Amino acid sequence: MSVGLVVVSHSAKVAEGVVEMAAQMAAGVRIEAAGGTDEGGIGTDATLIAEAIAAADSGDGVLVFADLGSAVLSAQLAIDELVDEQRRGSVRIADAPLVEGAVIAAIQASTGSSLDEVAEAARGAATMGKSKQR
Amino acid sequence: MDAACVRRWLEVAAARIESERHYLTHLDAAIGDADHGINMHRGFTAVLARLSTLDGAGPGELLTSAGRTFVSIVGGAAGPLYGTAFVQAGQALGSDGAFGPRRLLEIIRASLQGVQRVGAAVVGDKTMVDALAPGLAAFEVGLRHGSFESAVREARAAAMEGARNTIPLQARKGRASYLGPRSVGHQDPGATSTALLFAALEDAVLAQRAQRLAADQPISLGEMHDR
Repeated sequence: MSVGLVVVSHSAKVAEGVVEMAAQMAAGVRIEAAGGTDEGGIGTDATLIAEAIAAADSGDGVLVFADLGSAVLSAQLAIDELVDEQRRGSVRIADAPLVEGAVIAAIQASTGSSLDEVAEAARGAATMGKSKQR
Repeated sequence: MDAACVRRWLEVAAARIESERHYLTHLDAAIGDADHGINMHRGFTAVLARLSTLDGAGPGELLTSAGRTFVSIVGGAAGPLYGTAFVQAGQALGSDGAFGPRRLLEIIRASLQGVQRVGAAVVGDKTMVDALAPGLAAFEVGLRHGSFESAVREARAAAMEGARNTIPLQARKGRASYLGPRSVGHQDPGATSTALLFAALEDAVLAQRAQRLAADQPISLGEMHDR
């Protein structure tokens, strides 16, 4: 049992790709994609996100990654309105970049860490320097 | 007001959105991703289709269904934001069959609270809140001083003015916020569509009044105030 992850993107391909990457790093962690609209276009859908949250939840909470803008709105709406009440308290939106955060979170989750610990690890992804130029 | 009135409002709103969709998209092209008009039109088209399957539904159920439709159909920010607005309105009505002006005030307030909870925008951020908040405030003041009809008229005027007042603002939320200072000088599309919904409310209320006058139904002084 571990924290589950949901990857929300305006693009279904991006969400699936991130799930693929994260899953490679962390066997046994439930990671669900919720990208694109119902019709497969660019955008987000709170209903799809809520379904992904339910699928990702194995009882230890769910951390939701969102790319930007309305992905965060849809995720927030999903949590506030659509997710089961008893689950609501243990679902959180990660304050982290989508790809890097999800991958790091998956690794952390695979060690059996708590939701707080996984969220904290994901947050660290925001300051990972990439360019050698400082 | 009742289910028939809510239906009329949604139909008029859909018509106004349809006729203004190019303008809304044009506003969104300046500071967004040029799809607000398209999205709102698509959302309302789906709402009308949904309504046609809800014969006999009460006003609360109509609004909640409209909200859920928006959430599923509209993939941009308008989906969750207007979706929440309508769902909160519908839930505030519950299973009541009829409601008066003061209840309508509560419903609009519930919508604003929902929008602000989901989107975290405040007045001045250059969003739909900049039309919704003034519209609500004017409606409340209007009910205190005048009739239901004059209150919806004042609400519409305030929402329209609120939308125009977004022109000099710098966006602090939404896609326009990525433009920073370049968002200044353009009217916010979300505030504009919200103002159109207030205009549709005015149309629906006045049309209902005209209909009742034509049918010789008495409109008592009591109906102009609380229920």
